[in-house]
Parts: sequence; structure tokens; C-alpha cells
Amino acid sequence: MRAFSGSDLIYLLYALQWTVALVVIALAMGAPLGLALALMRTSRRRLPRYIAMVFIEVVQGVPLLGLLVFFYFGVPLLAGREVAPVIAVSIAFTAYSASFLGQIWRGGIEAVKGTQWDAAACLGITKWQQFRYVIGPQAFRMSLPPTVGLLVQLIKGTSLVSIVGFVELTRAGQIISAATFQPLLVYSCVAVIYFSVCLPLTHWARALEGRLNGAA
Amino acid sequence: MALLEIANVRKSFGSLEVLKGVSLTVEPGEIIAIVGRSGSGKSTLLRCINALEGINSGEIRFRGEPVRQNMKNLRLLRQRMGIVFQSFNLFPHLKVERNVTLAPVLTGKVSKADARELALEVLTRVGLSEKIDAFPGQLSGGQQQRVAIARCLAMSPELMLFDEATSALDPELVGEVLRVIEDMARNDLTMILVTHEMNFARNVSTRLIFMNEGMVWEQGPPAELFANPKTEEFASFIRATKQA
Ligand SMILES: Nc1ncnc2c1ncn2[C@@H]1O[C@H](COP(=O)(O)OP(=O)(O)OP(=O)(O)O)[C@@H](O)[C@H]1O
Ligand SMILES: [Mg+2]
Repeated sequence: MRAFSGSDLIYLLYALQWTVALVVIALAMGAPLGLALALMRTSRRRLPRYIAMVFIEVVQGVPLLGLLVFFYFGVPLLAGREVAPVIAVSIAFTAYSASFLGQIWRGGIEAVKGTQWDAAACLGITKWQQFRYVIGPQAFRMSLPPTVGLLVQLIKGTSLVSIVGFVELTRAGQIISAATFQPLLVYSCVAVIYFSVCLPLTHWARALEGRLNGAA
Repeated sequence: MALLEIANVRKSFGSLEVLKGVSLTVEPGEIIAIVGRSGSGKSTLLRCINALEGINSGEIRFRGEPVRQNMKNLRLLRQRMGIVFQSFNLFPHLKVERNVTLAPVLTGKVSKADARELALEVLTRVGLSEKIDAFPGQLSGGQQQRVAIARCLAMSPELMLFDEATSALDPELVGEVLRVIEDMARNDLTMILVTHEMNFARNVSTRLIFMNEGMVWEQGPPAELFANPKTEEFASFIRATKQA
């Protein structure tokens, strides 16, 4: 047995890399998919609307842990061969973030007045240009506070991948705790690290919300 | 060739028939003022002209081309006609310059490098060149509406549609917008104005149209029409507006 030391702290911070990596992957892949879902959800055509709805309902109806386990065991079965766990886990996080981003952004799109679509359409620009330059930026501004909120959820959600053996922040804490028998101290450190990553984001989201409410 | 031909257009919202066979031909250079009671279908007619609303039957042609078109051709048609709404509908997240130049740049009418110059030119025409770097929220209603007009002018339209451009404005701001519209009229821009400003309609338009119950009820030179309303409906409409 050994005591919790500075090198353990460095190990924890090192493990934080995986946490960050998973969040970055979830956003980088989830955001385009989420945008597609939001556009499908607000489409005038019924089929894309329906597909997006089913996707969002199904993914949100399953706990994140369930998604992780499903993809962790399911993807190799579906692929018929070994798949790096990071891929399976990334798919789970992408689906999770996409469904929530899709929902949030859909709300933002619908909150932009229909007259903005009219005014843009009358200028003779394409539907995509109308969205890209007129509707989207306004929708995104309104959606920014809940989007940052989701980011916080994602960061905390990555702790679940410890279940499938990933050494991210929480799992690193488990390992050190087992070696040092100082669970309280170790997990306090883990909690403080999560907290110090999430707190500024939470504050940022609140500040954004205040600014938007003030502007409206 | 006529600039705009509207032939026997019918339009319903659900079971409510709003346009009941509207026919109207507009020649280049005409200034058409449309007046009529609330709910008579004036806004709907304007929205049908640029296909913001579909129609149930009849036909609308702009320079001979039907406006009911595939999206690509419709876009090209819309680039040639501007519309000004009662509620301005500027893009609040974009500066005045970008509001005005967005469409010309995206449609390739002007290069990015020349965009600011174009913005200055059209903003000067509406008397707002000094507001080029402002956001719409920093402008008065009258100024916003003039920017909305400049946004249309930047596309060099062949036809301008105005849907009660001054109705949402405080009385003291109405004049500045009407002056801009008058100025455009003097420059031979073809216009269709839906308006509640009777004096303006009388003084500026070359033809007055009274819409009633989804139809063109009376039309003619404004002075004549006001002096001799042919129908009781128009006569009572004139009386009602005089009282107000
Ligand atoms: N999108 C819509 N859906 C259903 N009904 C509509 C719609 N747009 C307009 N209407 C109805 O059509 C009728 C005509 O409306 P329209 O806006 O064309 O009248 P208007 O002559 O412009 O009136 P106002 O002077 O009040 O602006 C009204 O009864 C209105 O309620
Ligand atoms: Mg109207």
C-alpha cells in the first residue's frame, strides 16, 4: 500500500484527457448529425420529420449507460469482427449528443419568427442560404445556453465509460483508490476536477442566458 | 409586354376563400395603390405574386413567366421583385450593410469587394448612409423600414411590392418612409402599394384599386375614382376612412 501523492494527481489529470477526447468526439460528430436532425425535424416533408423524431425518441428513451453497453457489445456483433472500444463508445456518445442537440436546435429554429424565412425567401436566395445566413445564426444564439448545458451533461456522462473499462477520469480514480485505500481523498480530487471543468461552463451558460433575456 | 399579369386567381385558406378570381395587369412604370377593408385579401394577393403563398387556380405571370415554377426559376424571379413588409423583417443579427448586401452577394450580383459600395449607394438613396454599421435594433421604426427598402433596391428590382409599409410606424415616422417611396415612384420603378394612407394613394399612384371581398371591385385613375365612386361599397369605404 502507498499514499496518495502528486504523481497520482498527475495521473488523474492525464486521464482527464480521455474525458476531454470523448467530449470532443461527441461534439465534433454529434453536432453535424444534430443539425441534420434539427433540420429534418423542422422540415415541411413528413418522412424526414418522422425519421428524426423516431431517432430522437429512441436515443433519449434509453439511459446513456444503456447506450454505452448496447454499442460496446452491439457494434462488434453487427460489424462481425473486433472493433476498438473507443469507436463503439464514440458512436454511443455521438448518438446521445446528436439527439439532444437535435432537440435543442430544433427549438431554436422554431423560435425564429416565420417572417424571417419569408423575408429571406423573397430575396431569391436558396433554402440552404436562408438557413445558413438568416435563420441558423439566430437559432444558434437562442440555443447557446442549453447547448452549453448539454456540454456539461456530456462531460459528466463520460464518467460512465469507466464501466466498460476505459481509463478516463472516474476510472483512474478507482484505480488509485484501490491502490491507496484513500477513496475519500481520491474521489474528492476527482470531484473537484469535474467541478472545476464544469463550473465555468455552467456560469457561461447562465451569463449567456441572462444576456439573451436582456436583449429580447 | 405587361410586367405582371394576374388572371382569375383564386386562393383559399382551408374553407375560407380569400381571393375570389382576381385579375389585374400591371404595365411597366405603373404605380398601383391597393386599398380596401381589413381582410379583403390585399396582403394575400401580394404574397401570391411572389409565390410566398400558392394559389388554387388562375395564373400569375411576371414578364410572361408563370411564378408557379420550380424553385430555381422562382428564385430568379424573386431576385427581380422586392417586397417590403409592414413589420420590416430586417435580419436582427446582421449589420445594416450585411442586411442590404446579403442577397446581392449570395446571388452573385455584386462581388464581396464591391458590396460596401453598393450598400452605401442604396442607403444614400434612402437617406441612411451614416447607419451602415448599425444593427437594426439600434434604429427607429422609420429607419428600419427605409433599410428594408434599401435591401430591395440593392437587387435592382423591376417591381416593388409594399404591404402597408407605414402601418406599424409612429405617426411622426410615416413621412420619411413615404418620401422615400415617392422618390422611387419618380424614378419610374413599377410598384404595387397596399396602403391605408388614402392621401398618399391618391397623390402618388397612377391607378387605384379598391379590393373588396377578395375581388378587384373598382379601379381607375385615383382622382376620378375618389370623386366618383361607382359602387356603394367603395363610397362607404371612403366615408369610413375620412372619419378615421
Ligand atoms: N396563412 C393564413 N391562414 C389562414 N387564413 C389566413 C392566412 N392569411 C390570411 N388569412 C385570412 O385571409 C383573409 C384575408 O387576409 P389578408 O391578410 O390578405 O387581408 P388584408 O386585406 O391584407 O387585411 P389587412 O388590411 O388587415 O392587412 C383574412 O380573413 C385572414 O384571416
Ligand atoms: Mg394585410
